[in-house]
Amino acid sequence: MRITQGCFSFLPDLTDAQITRQVQYCLENGWAVNIEFTDDPHPRNNFWEMWGLPMFDLRDAAGVMMELEQCRKVYGDRYIRLSAFDSSHGWESVRISFIVNRPKEEPGFRLDRQETTGRNVRYSTHAYAAARPEGERYG
Amino acid sequence: MPQNELTASSTPTSRRTLAKEADMNMHSMTVRGKDRYKSGVLEYKKMGYWEPDYQPRDTDIIALFRVTPQDGVDPIEASAAVAGESSTATWTVVWTDRLTAAEKYRAKCFRVDPVPNSPGQYFAYIAYDLDLFEPGSIANLSASIIGNVFGFKPLKALRLEDMRLPVAYVKTFQGPATGIVVERERMDKFGRPLLGATVKPKLGLSGRNYGRVVYEALKGGLDFTKDDENINSQPFMHWRERFLYCMEAVNKAQAATGEIKGTYLNVTAGTVEDMYERAEFARELGSIIIMIDLVIGYTAIQSMATWARRNDMILHLHRAGHSTYTRQRNHGVSFRVIAKWMRLAGVDHIHAGTVVGKLEGDPATTRGYYDICREDYNPARLEHGVFFDQHWASLNRLMPVASGGIHAGQMHQLLDHLGEDVILQFGGGTIGHPMGIQAGATANRVALEAMILARNEGRDYLYEGPEILAKAAETCTPLKSALEVWKNVTFNYESTDMPDYVPTPSVAM
Repeated sequence: MRITQGCFSFLPDLTDAQITRQVQYCLENGWAVNIEFTDDPHPRNNFWEMWGLPMFDLRDAAGVMMELEQCRKVYGDRYIRLSAFDSSHGWESVRISFIVNRPKEEPGFRLDRQETTGRNVRYSTHAYAAARPEGERYG
Repeated sequence: MPQNELTASSTPTSRRTLAKEADMNMHSMTVRGKDRYKSGVLEYKKMGYWEPDYQPRDTDIIALFRVTPQDGVDPIEASAAVAGESSTATWTVVWTDRLTAAEKYRAKCFRVDPVPNSPGQYFAYIAYDLDLFEPGSIANLSASIIGNVFGFKPLKALRLEDMRLPVAYVKTFQGPATGIVVERERMDKFGRPLLGATVKPKLGLSGRNYGRVVYEALKGGLDFTKDDENINSQPFMHWRERFLYCMEAVNKAQAATGEIKGTYLNVTAGTVEDMYERAEFARELGSIIIMIDLVIGYTAIQSMATWARRNDMILHLHRAGHSTYTRQRNHGVSFRVIAKWMRLAGVDHIHAGTVVGKLEGDPATTRGYYDICREDYNPARLEHGVFFDQHWASLNRLMPVASGGIHAGQMHQLLDHLGEDVILQFGGGTIGHPMGIQAGATANRVALEAMILARNEGRDYLYEGPEILAKAAETCTPLKSALEVWKNVTFNYESTDMPDYVPTPSVAM
């Protein structure tokens, strides 16, 4: 399967040139770009690991792309995403977020059902990869 | 002519209309002292409901009415009557006024302008003291402003065009239970419009068949599916069946995609108690969103919004029934007023028009509605039908929903007209896809992502839209097929509700 979180997951994987243009768009809007990675892609895993701090005060996308390159060298077997933070009053949150690196194999999720009272079912989603310890899940 | 903050500098007025306005907005005719309270009938404009020198206070609520007096009725008197009948007046002088601070409680019409290019119609600006209204109650606000006056005999027609809600009043309301930012955080979806579809056919599907449509659409790439406004609990599908099968579909689609999904479970019912029961069942099943119809009434809407805030639930509002009073330009209540009331009342989603789809919506007017939903401050923009500066005092943002007769081939136009913080709902445009519902959903999602990518890259996506879509379709057969099927579908009819002011080029002053 292919996890379709983020803004561009239904398109073919973005090339570095395409990623650079998206980063430049973020910087031109005054947003701080952050690199995050994880090997737990559960849809409610909000807090992916941070690759350093969000890059404030950056003007050129090349800075982000260099960091992304470093991150890929270390965590190329995992999911990596870029997100951009807007600190304007009334937003103060993420403006865009998209996946820029994926594991070679994406085994996906198992849906568990627990039958309870009446016809009610309690659902629980498990990433198959998460059965193994962190750091040993992909590749 | 009174100088006040409402005299929008961009008002395109010719010298002649300026002179006419000056004539109309002459001095107060109010009878004062003992004579004011002599038993009998006194014209409204002499009772203190016409005060052209009045300077509205920051805490006043201001309403703008479009007044169409009966033939031979003085527009000033008609406007003063609207002020009177929507506040303290009755048809005759009553001595009991003298037991009250009557001057404070009288609504004051302070300006009357002829409507451009509409003979016989007048814009009446009326100020109401804050103490006339119960805090935090749309029912009370609307009972005052539109309660009595719309059937008043001396008027041919009356329309509430816009309202300025003072911060002091805005702060008495909860506002949207969740708001755009928190909704996006909860769903982990940023940087693009959200996608939805209304399950079709509207009526007749069993719970099991209904859940099938939900699953296919969500798995195919939509973020939301939606019950239609008249899906409640009918013989073909009782509400519990729908909820149970829908949540199976939502959870299955989440596991299949790794994304958060939702389906608006319509809890509209015959009593508020029934709605609470349905909402609580939705929560118990793990739904992130419920839905109500505008026809349940303002008080029920506010109750559900309070419930939604307390239960971490997104609250979708379908504006069922609004066109009965919003559509005609001369009579009723403008949708921009309904949008303001609903932002106060506390819903998270509101249907606000598509511009290009099958339902009424002039682009400029629709833009005005969207600004009212999404901005923290709306400057007066007459060309969008927004007559007042409006501060929202950090009340949450309300997500507009575009639904009705839209398809993937219009993606560039939709993004241009409606922006990024909107839910695009392709009902027929998903379920009617020749390759099936999943393919329909995928076509929409691919079209959207391709357009956002192009926009962010700085391309002229409105102009290059068809080309961008064609390119994306090269690697996506469902999109190719969608573009083919709906390529010539447009809904071009004249709007019945448009702004009265059109920006005209003028030399710099």
